[in-house]
Parts: sequence; C-alpha cells; structure tokens
Amino acid sequence: MTGAGLKIWTLHLALIAVLFSAQYWLSPYHATNLARIMVLAVFAMGYNLAFGYTGLLSLGHALLLAAGMYAAGLPAQLWGWSAGPAMIAGIAGGGLIAAVLGLLALRTAGVSFMIVTLMFAQAGYLTLLYFAPVTGGDDGFAVAATSRTLLGFDLSTDAPRFLAALTIFAVGLGVSLALVRSPFGRTMVAIRENEERSRMLGYNPFTVKLAALTISGLYAGAAGAAYAILFGYVGASFATIQYSILPMLYVLMGGAGTTLGPFLGALVMFVLIEAATGITTAHQFIVGAALVALILFAPKGILGTVRERWLRWLP
Amino acid sequence: MASLTETPLIETNGLTLHFGGLKAVDGVDFRLHAGEIHALIGPNGAGKTTFVSLLSGRRLPQAGTIALGKEDITRLPAHERVRKGIAYTFQITSVFPRLTVFDNVALAVQSLGPRDLAARTRAALARVGLEGLEAQEAQTLSYGHQRLLELAMGLALNPRLLILDEPTQGLAASEIDDFKTLVRSLVPATTVLLIEHNMDVVMDLATRITVLTFGRVLATGTPAEIRANASVQEAYLGA
Ligand SMILES: Nc1ncnc2c1ncn2[C@@H]1O[C@H](COP(=O)(O)OP(=O)(O)OP(=O)(O)O)[C@@H](O)[C@H]1O
Ligand SMILES: [Mg+2]
Repeated sequence: MTGAGLKIWTLHLALIAVLFSAQYWLSPYHATNLARIMVLAVFAMGYNLAFGYTGLLSLGHALLLAAGMYAAGLPAQLWGWSAGPAMIAGIAGGGLIAAVLGLLALRTAGVSFMIVTLMFAQAGYLTLLYFAPVTGGDDGFAVAATSRTLLGFDLSTDAPRFLAALTIFAVGLGVSLALVRSPFGRTMVAIRENEERSRMLGYNPFTVKLAALTISGLYAGAAGAAYAILFGYVGASFATIQYSILPMLYVLMGGAGTTLGPFLGALVMFVLIEAATGITTAHQFIVGAALVALILFAPKGILGTVRERWLRWLP
Repeated sequence: MASLTETPLIETNGLTLHFGGLKAVDGVDFRLHAGEIHALIGPNGAGKTTFVSLLSGRRLPQAGTIALGKEDITRLPAHERVRKGIAYTFQITSVFPRLTVFDNVALAVQSLGPRDLAARTRAALARVGLEGLEAQEAQTLSYGHQRLLELAMGLALNPRLLILDEPTQGLAASEIDDFKTLVRSLVPATTVLLIEHNMDVVMDLATRITVLTFGRVLATGTPAEIRANASVQEAYLGA
C-alpha cells in the first residue's frame, strides 16, 4: 500500500475506534442517538455513492430505505424471521428495488431523473398505504422482540444495539472507501464528470450508473433493515419524500464525493436539530438557515471544503 | 502497407448525415486499409469531424453503412466500438479537467482490464512526454499538454484504429516534431486516421489522403497525387 493509502485507511480506522469508545463515555441516551446517526449515515453513504461520486441526483431514495425496512420487517412480522436473515433480506430488497428503479429511471437524466425517481418513490409510498392491513400504513408496526436477537444478543438493549449499528457502519464505510479507491470508483467519477467522454473510453454509462444505483440501494436497504431491527419500528412514513431529501442534506452538509462526508453531515444535522429543538419550535427554520449558509459559504460541504483548502489527499 | 485487394479495416458506403438542409456528410464511400496513416483534409466545415463521429459512433448516420473488417458496425453503440479497437481523440480537447493526469489515462487503460494499471498508465504518459505530471489536475496543464494528454488517452486504449482530430492544433513546433515521430512509431500495428490542417504534417506523415468538401469525397490518393489534383488545388490547397 502506498503512503497515501496507509494514511487514508488509518484515518478511517481511527474514526471507527473513536466511535467504538463512545459507548463508554457517552450517556445511554446519547449513545442511542449515535447508533441512530450511524444507521442514517449508512443510508447517506449509499446516497453519496450515487449522487456524490456518480452524479445521480435521486429524489427517490426513501423508496430504497423503505424497501430494506419492509423486506426485513415483514418476514419478521409474518414468519418470525430472526435478525440475521431479516437483515440479509433487507439488504437484498434495497438492491433489488434500486436495480428495477434504475432500469426504468436511468433512461432519463438530470431534472427528468429527479422527477422520475420522485414519482416512483411516491408510488411506493402510496402502495404501502394501500396495503395498510399488511404494512401498517402510516402507523406502521413494532418489530417483535424475538426478531431482534442476533447470536443470542438482544439488539433492543443499549450495548448490543450500539455495537450492531457500529458494525454495519464500519462495514459500509470500509466498502465505500475500497470502492471509491478502486478502478470502478474512478469510473463512477468519470461518468459524473463527463459521460460522453467516458463513453469514448469504452464505458457504457447506463451500466455504470445502474451498478452505482444498485450498490446505493444495497446501502439504503441495509440502513432500512437495521433501523427496523435495532429500533423496532417499521412504517410507511419512512417512504415519504422527507427521507429522500434527508440523505441529500447529509451529503451536501458533510461533503458530496467524500467518504466521511455522509457521517459528518448526519452527525452535524442531528446535533443541529437537537439544539434547535431546545431553543424554538421552528427548528426546521434553523436547519434551513444552516443549509442556506452552507450553500453560500461552503458549497462543497464541510469535508469538500477541507479537501480543497487543506487536505488534498482526502478520499 | 497492406495490399489494396484485402478487406479494408474500415469501409463506408453511402454514409450520410444531414443537419436539416446542411449536408454535413453526403454519401461518403471510404476505405481505410490496415497499417496506413490516412489523412482526411478539407476546408473548415467540410464535414471531417462529422464523418469521423459516424465512424466512432458518437453520431448515427441517416443512411449508408460502416464496416469494421467484415463486420457491420453501422448501429453499434460508441462504447462497443471503442472495445473493438476504434479510438477517437476529440478536436475540442475533452480531458477530465478536475481529475489528475494519471486518472485521465488510467481510465483509458483500465477499460481494457485492471492488470498492471499503474505501469501501463505511466507508459502511455511517457510515450507523449507527460511523465512526471501524473499528480497534476488536468485543468492546470497548458493547452498543448492537454492535447498530448488527449493523445495519451487514445493511445492507452491500445486501438486498432486511432482517429486523431486535429491533434497538432496548439502544439509548439518542437512538440509537432515529437508528434510526427510518435505517429510513425504507431504504424503498422495501429492504423491512423488523421484530420489535419497543417499541410506539412499531412504531406510528411500520410501514406494516403482523402479530401472532403461539402460532405463529399473530392479525391483520394497518395500525397503526390493529391498535390497534382487540379480540383483539389482549386477547392482547397490553392485557396
Ligand atoms: N450538431 C450540429 N448541428 C448542426 N450543424 C452542424 C452540427 N455539427 C456540425 N454541423 C455543421 O456541419 C458542417 C460540417 O461540420 P464539421 O464539424 O464536420 O466540419 P469540419 O470539416 O470538421 O470543420 P473544421 O475543419 O472546422 O473542424 C458544418 O457546416 C457545421 O457547421
Ligand atoms: Mg472538425
């Protein structure tokens, strides 16, 4: 491994180590919040691979999050699947729906792609409402305790839940880092930067984008399934537009096209909303103001700016 | 040079693309033989870039056929033609400005397979004299160096046919000499189709020349034949 590679992997491992230690110095309340942030960061990392690296501005990722959530939650609910198989089903569900979405939506690009993905996600949401007797609709359903155990650990309790969230996050981060440093990562960026030029280097933009979107869906599926299993709740509200916007905000805040940006963005936004909620009921306004400030003063997000100004080697 | 009786590397028949009433490419019959350096010349707007866009698949023709060897590739998508060995370098420099020089060329190299990626990338850069600039962002290069980077990307695809659209535009005189040496070193393994306005380069390099005007082939022949051709004189060289 080159010197730069060593430095990069060390940085990422250091973050994992700090997060691991957090369970010992954070209050249980904050540790649970951090577990939630790590799960949402997995969702955002997947969004980042599609949007930040490949340039696919999707407004339909809530569909993929919900796909993972229901693909894990429904078998648990209906057939009593345990956490392991439910998790795998959730990841597969997210990837599968993303692949189907891509086959249909990737015929378009730019604004049309945004609209088409948004429409599909809305259709997904309405489908969940239509089948409310099974899906629970907007009210959702609680995941039974028996489905929230893994290898004898009760994932509804603090320490195992935190470790499970950290494990999923660490795997997601490692895969994402390996991916963007691989030849395929270079290809994704090439498609983002100039699709026509990439085609003249022998790449089929459609298949590259389809692969990136599917990988993004695997991440969204993992996040949705983890949310269902770790926090015990499945509901159609996760399929609403709000959950399509959320990962985009995280990524823009942290830095699109940076491996650590999604986590940082999720963390900062979460803390910001917590703080704002304490001050005013209009916390959405504070979040909006923060985003406007970000777009004005650091359009590349926190880590995008850090990379541009100081740490050129950040992946 | 390959015998003229064997199957050409590229053969077009009646190739046509009109933009509204403008006959950019108008029924072009063209043969390119393996191992030659074939120059495509003609006045501005003659249809040279449009014609090679049809060969590379960036545009699809309204009529006519294109064969690569014995295979009909008229409707084949551009990226599959690249994989079959047709590489195109852009007239308007089209490198990835925000990527490093290394990444630009590595993108071409890795599309053939991941083996020895770094070594093959450096070799392609060395061939055009850009070694040592790997870590620079492409947009920080001088215009001439960006042209050379574009060329390196084409070479890195290890093509059977390399289409060069005005490669010497913006190069210094010394760089043009290096360029000529480089192109000569490519044949016969690679066939070169060269669009070029610099007549010294054309006459020096080309084994055959095709002259286009108003989307039609005016003449094809050796440099000597083209120089002696009265209608070419009138339409182009004399102008
Ligand atoms: N996309 C387009 N739409 C309409 N007209 C076009 C388009 N592309 C090219 N043309 C026209 O087609 C004609 C041929 O253009 P082309 O670029 O092929 O010429 P060229 O021989 O490469 O010229 P040059 O030497 O200036 O590069 C020109 O009149 C040009 O204006
Ligand atoms: Mg041209």
